Amino acid sequence: MSRYLLFRLADAVPTVFLVLLLVFIAMRILPGDPAIAALGDMATAEQLALFRERMGLNDPLWLQFIMFVKGVLTLDLGNSMMSNQSVVGLILYNLPYTIELTIVAMLMGLIAGVPLGVLAATHRNKLPDSGVRVFSLVGYAIPDFYLGALLLITFALNLGWFPINGGGTDFASRMYHVFLPALTLAFVKAAFIGRLTRTSLLEVLSKDYVRTARAKGAKERRVIYRHGLRNALLPLTTGLGLSMLATLSGSVAIEMVFNRPGIGKLLISAIAERDYAVIQGGIVVFAMFVVVINLLMDLLYIVVDPRIRMN
Amino acid sequence: MSSILETSSQLLPPEPSLLRAIKGVLFGRPGTIAAVIIIVVFVIVAVLAPVLAPYDPLTQSMLKINRPPSWANWLGTDQFGRDVLSRMIYGSRNSLIFGMISPLSAALIGTTLGVVAGYFGGIIDRVISRVVDLLLAFPELLLAIMIAAVLGGGFWNVIIVITIAFVPGFARVARAQTMSIKHEPYVEAAISVGVRTPVIIFRHIIPNIMAPIVVLMMLWVASAIRLEASLSFLGIGTQAPNPSWGNIIKDGLSNIFGSPWPIIGAGTAITLVVLAFNLVGDAVRDALDPSTSQ
Repeated sequence: MSRYLLFRLADAVPTVFLVLLLVFIAMRILPGDPAIAALGDMATAEQLALFRERMGLNDPLWLQFIMFVKGVLTLDLGNSMMSNQSVVGLILYNLPYTIELTIVAMLMGLIAGVPLGVLAATHRNKLPDSGVRVFSLVGYAIPDFYLGALLLITFALNLGWFPINGGGTDFASRMYHVFLPALTLAFVKAAFIGRLTRTSLLEVLSKDYVRTARAKGAKERRVIYRHGLRNALLPLTTGLGLSMLATLSGSVAIEMVFNRPGIGKLLISAIAERDYAVIQGGIVVFAMFVVVINLLMDLLYIVVDPRIRMN
Repeated sequence: MSSILETSSQLLPPEPSLLRAIKGVLFGRPGTIAAVIIIVVFVIVAVLAPVLAPYDPLTQSMLKINRPPSWANWLGTDQFGRDVLSRMIYGSRNSLIFGMISPLSAALIGTTLGVVAGYFGGIIDRVISRVVDLLLAFPELLLAIMIAAVLGGGFWNVIIVITIAFVPGFARVARAQTMSIKHEPYVEAAISVGVRTPVIIFRHIIPNIMAPIVVLMMLWVASAIRLEASLSFLGIGTQAPNPSWGNIIKDGLSNIFGSPWPIIGAGTAITLVVLAFNLVGDAVRDALDPSTSQ
C-alpha cells in the first residue's frame, strides 16, 4: 500500500511539471504578444517596453520558464497590476470560498443523488425511475448559471430569504451565503450522481452474490444496502472525482451569478481588467486543483477497493 | 472530381442500412422525434433570423427600456430598450454555428492525432498520449475557461477554445480504435501486399473507426452549445453587442432589478436546445453502439 502511495505521488511530479509547461506555453506563445494583450492596442511603445522589462518577457524562453516554475514553487506569482496586491495573497483570500462552495455542493449532491439512484434502480422502469430519468435529463441540459439566476431572482430577490451577494463572515453567515450557490451546483450534481448510482447498482444487483444473499433469505433492505450499494460505491468514487472537477468548473459562473468571492470570480475579473499576473495565477490554481483532485481520488480508490493495494 | 465522389461513397454505408439506421434513431427511444422537431424549428429560426425577428437586435431605444412582455415585444425589452425576442432569434445563430462547427473541427484534429498515435506507435504515440491523458483530466468547461482566459473572446477564438477542449476526447477514442483495428487480417493483408500507408489509413482504418467518432460528435453538439453559452456568460465568448444566449443572460443579470425576461427567455432556449441535442445524441449512440444502452 505504501509503495503504491509513493509511486502515485512520484507520478504526480512530472504531471505537475507538464501542466506548468502547458500553462506557460499557453500564456507566452499562443496569444502573440502578452504585453499588447495586457495593455491593449492603445499602449505606447515605452509602456510596452516597460511592461516587458517588468515581466521578464525579454529573457530567453527557457529562462522565463525556469523563473515561472520557481515562482510557482516559492509561491511568488508577482503582483496584480490593478491593485498591486500579491497574486498569492489574492488567491489565498479567495481560495476558501471556492473550496467551501465546491464541498457544500458535493455534499448536497450526494445526499440527494445517491437515494435518487437507489430509488430508480429498485423501481426499474416504473414511475420513480422515469421521474429520475426526466430529472437527470433536465439536470444535464439546464446551464448552471441560468438555474442560479432563477434561484437568485426567486429566493433572494423576490422572497428575500437569502442574501443577494457576498461570501459571509463567520461560519453561520458563510453557510447562509453559500446555500443558494451550492444548491444550484448540487442540482446538476444530483442528476449526475443519481444516474451513476442507478447504473452501478443495477449492475451489482444482477451479480451472483446478490442472488445468493436473496436465496438464503436476507431481507431486501439488507441486500440492497449491504450487498448492493456497498459494491456499487466503487464506480461512484471515480465518478465523484469527475463530478468534483465539474463542480469546480461550474463554480466559476456561479460565483459570477451570486457575486461571491472565489478563484473563478478572481480569474474572470482579471480577464476583464487584463490583469496578466492574476490571470496566470488563477490558471495555475485551477490546473493544480485538477492534479490534486485526481491524486486524492486515486488514494480514495485504494481505501474503497482493497484489491488495488495488491497490484 | 470523380475520385472525390468515389471516396465519399466508400465512407458511407450502403443506402438501405442508412435508411434503417435513421429509422432506428428516430423510433428507438421515446422523445427523439420531439427533440428532432425542436432542433428543426431552431435551425429554421436561425436561418430565417432576418425575416422572423420583429426588430433589429442592436437598435437601442431609451424610450422603451425594461418593458415586460407585450404584443409589441413578446419577451419585453432590456435595459437598452432592445427587443429581447429579436436578440434571442439572432443569438440562436451563434449557438447553432458553434454547436456544429466546433465538434466537427475537433473531430478532424482529434481523429488525425489519435489515428497517427495509434497507427505509428513509438515516441509519437507516447508524446501525444501523455498530453491527451493530461488534458482529459480537465473538464471541458474548465479547460475552455483556462484557454479563453489567455485568448480572449470573439468568434474565431471561441471556435479555437471549444475545439481544443474537445480534441483530447476524439484523440483517445480514435487511438484506441486504431490500435484494435491495426491487427485485423484485412489491414495486415494490405500492409503485406505493399499498399502505401496513407491509403491504408484513409481506406481501411478511418472508415472503420467512424461510428464511435460520429457518436461522440453528436453527443458533443449539446456540450458545445452549453460551452459557448457559458463562455459568453462569463464575457469570454461572443462579445457584446452581438447577441448570444449566454451574453443575453449576462446582460440580464446586471439588470436583474429591471427585467427578468431576458434571463428567462435565453435560459429556456439554451435548456431546450441542449436537451434536444442530448436526446438525439443518445438515440444515435443507441443505434450505432447498442452495447451501451440500457
